[in-house]
Amino acid sequence: MADAIILARAQFAFTLGFHIVLPAFTIGLASYLTVLEALWLSTRRQVYLDVFQYWLRIFAIIFAMGVVSGLVMSYEFGTNWGRFADKAGAIIGPLMGYEVLTAFFLEAGFLGVMLFGVQRVGPRLHFVATCFVALGTLMSAFWILAAKSWMQTPVGYSMTPDGRFVPTDWWAIIFNPSFPYRLVHMVLAGYLSTAFAVGAVGAWHLLRDRQSQGARVMFSMAMWMAAIVAPIQIVAGDQHGLNTGEYQPAKVAALEGDFDTRPGTPLILFGMPNMQEARTDWEVSIPHLGALILTHTWNGAVKGLKSFPRQDWPPAPYVFWSFRVMVGLGLLMVAIGWWSLVERFRHRLYDTTLLLWAAVAMAPAGFIAVLAGWTTTEVGRQPFTVFGLLRTADSASPIDLPGVATSLVAFVVVYFIVFGAGFTYVLHLMQRPPTVGEPGPKKGVPVRSAGITPAPALLDQLPEHPVAGPTGGG
Amino acid sequence: MAHWLPIVWAGLIAFAVLAYVLLDGFDLGIGILFAVEHREQNRDLMVNTVAPIWDGNETWLVLGGGGLFAMFPLAYAVVMPAFYPTIIGMLLALVFRGVAFEFRFRAVTPRGRLWWDRAFMLGSGVAALCQGLTLGGLIQGVHVENRMYAGGWFDWLTGFTVLCGLAVVIGYALLGACWLIWRTEGQLQRAARRHAHTLALAVLALIVVVSLWTPMLNPTFHHRWFEFPGLLLTAPVPILVALTAWAFWRGLELRHDKTPFLCGQAIFVLCYVGLGISFWPIIVPPSISIWDAAAPPSSQLFLLVGAVILIPIILCYTSFAYWVFRGKVRAGEHYH
Repeated sequence: MADAIILARAQFAFTLGFHIVLPAFTIGLASYLTVLEALWLSTRRQVYLDVFQYWLRIFAIIFAMGVVSGLVMSYEFGTNWGRFADKAGAIIGPLMGYEVLTAFFLEAGFLGVMLFGVQRVGPRLHFVATCFVALGTLMSAFWILAAKSWMQTPVGYSMTPDGRFVPTDWWAIIFNPSFPYRLVHMVLAGYLSTAFAVGAVGAWHLLRDRQSQGARVMFSMAMWMAAIVAPIQIVAGDQHGLNTGEYQPAKVAALEGDFDTRPGTPLILFGMPNMQEARTDWEVSIPHLGALILTHTWNGAVKGLKSFPRQDWPPAPYVFWSFRVMVGLGLLMVAIGWWSLVERFRHRLYDTTLLLWAAVAMAPAGFIAVLAGWTTTEVGRQPFTVFGLLRTADSASPIDLPGVATSLVAFVVVYFIVFGAGFTYVLHLMQRPPTVGEPGPKKGVPVRSAGITPAPALLDQLPEHPVAGPTGGG
Repeated sequence: MAHWLPIVWAGLIAFAVLAYVLLDGFDLGIGILFAVEHREQNRDLMVNTVAPIWDGNETWLVLGGGGLFAMFPLAYAVVMPAFYPTIIGMLLALVFRGVAFEFRFRAVTPRGRLWWDRAFMLGSGVAALCQGLTLGGLIQGVHVENRMYAGGWFDWLTGFTVLCGLAVVIGYALLGACWLIWRTEGQLQRAARRHAHTLALAVLALIVVVSLWTPMLNPTFHHRWFEFPGLLLTAPVPILVALTAWAFWRGLELRHDKTPFLCGQAIFVLCYVGLGISFWPIIVPPSISIWDAAAPPSSQLFLLVGAVILIPIILCYTSFAYWVFRGKVRAGEHYH
């Protein structure tokens, strides 16, 4: 069974990994679209509408991929993790039930109006639809992170003799100790990921045409976001880390690479945690800094992994490195944000070629950081599914190795085909410059109109809005 | 409380699954009908009749699955591994089909577009087939030991389940054709009428076979359907099916727009009610009842509060979305 569990975990990690970047993007994009539409409604400046329509097309694709990969996740609890579903279902299930009732229906119900209903409902009602979709993405984050956080810091439950969780205090379950930190950290991550994706697209088009109003709006808004939110995210992450240190000290020990408990714990910058020998090889560290960050004292001691039973150790190399990737990218984001601030005050924001190229290079930074962060927190929870209470080994379905292996291969193949194509289409859309004079909710032709017209009619329409045709290769 | 809550929740989840079948059934049917409709222009039109609403329709499946997980975790934990291949197959098929809505408009080459059309068609068909296979397998019963599925990988695969799978595919195609009768006009509508005619014959034949076969699988089912006093309760179901079928054909012949769709949906509701009569109060045949599988009352009450408030609101704005996109869908009418 051990091997089947590894494969089941690989499958969950793979499907979740593909999935999580999509909601991170839709959380950010939905809010961004709301802001753009609000700006358009209040100022009536065409450029806001142009940028809105530009990102709405991309949003449609990202959202569709998010929906289908999310559907897979909601059934995977049962297919591969049946014992977990039976034991923890009474607590995790209702939280996800609320996600469906408050978020999924809201998003799905208003997405149609948002994408296709511009002509039918008028600008104001359309704006309401956009707001509801954005609200839906945030509600979804609320509930799913409540469930995920409860698995990290379980409270508000009692246990039946046969090892099932029974909820006793829902308020405590939802607002469990790690939830507020994780929610803030994740929503900000969604906003930052989107900001860097939008900023990169803006920068890319600015490099070709410095006068493009649409590209300027994208880049400027994205860089404000980076300058303000990236530092806030560092603070939020630090608070989240302190919270983890309080409730899951073994996870912190693993991600710091600390095996021994040392007074005046150094901060290990790089190294290779060696689980066999219980030490970190090739350690490069700064004395006392670890103690300073994690205990806020000069000579404090961070508990090392050796103070925990060996069978409860999370796999240190994974979390050690994923944590460093996340923090490194976070610091880079702050650097870009502040650099942009300097150039903005020198009135050179759109003319600093190096900054523009740096922004292009940072396009995937947010998403990679999200993946690294999820790896840190989820792998750091191992070897438990419900931290300290339910072992991963006791959570899996009674599915044998060939069954899990076959489905894993199927998921890998299908996801690479489907999401590979999806990301190609998104890149295609991103490569097209933002056009001036996108048709708005009031008159004209809304999104994807060329999609339903046969080829001859399409040719007539191309000059009108060249970005919306299946034949336009950019 | 411990007695009533599972009953209420069984009703709510049954409602969610029924809503799913009625709503997503016809849009999966649109995909299945791609098999007999090859003209690109018509395919676009077909997709556009459901593009703004399909996502909401599919959400009922998430509510059905999520609700089962939340309120009857044992049933969820047993059913998912028992139907591992059909569940995974359905999910993968829905992945293809869901993205095809967007991708077929985004494909750069006509070839790419053709492939996404195929993905849409096969995805819809396989999803429907897997749902039918799962349903058939559930009717057959699931071997459970020690709160876990204890059968083999392909226990579900029998002649009966294949028949159920086929019935769902053809049934959804029928709903899709009826939907097109309602929402399109001209040549596409005429074609849909023809398809509806053929498909309805096949569906009724399959309903008869499955209905006669089902009671032989389980003595309880037999008792309810073929012996007094159960017969008094169950006899109206087939009679109503026959009446609805008659109304369906009349509507088709008189070229009504909505009647075939409503009658098609009614037939699905009746079959579903029949199934409910067979199952009650079992949630996973042959032996797990809704009370065995129920989550503790503290869980059921917690979500019930939300469901009672939120489901009516959901129904309101879902109706609003349907209302916004009401009327015939025409080629060149650019709201997609």
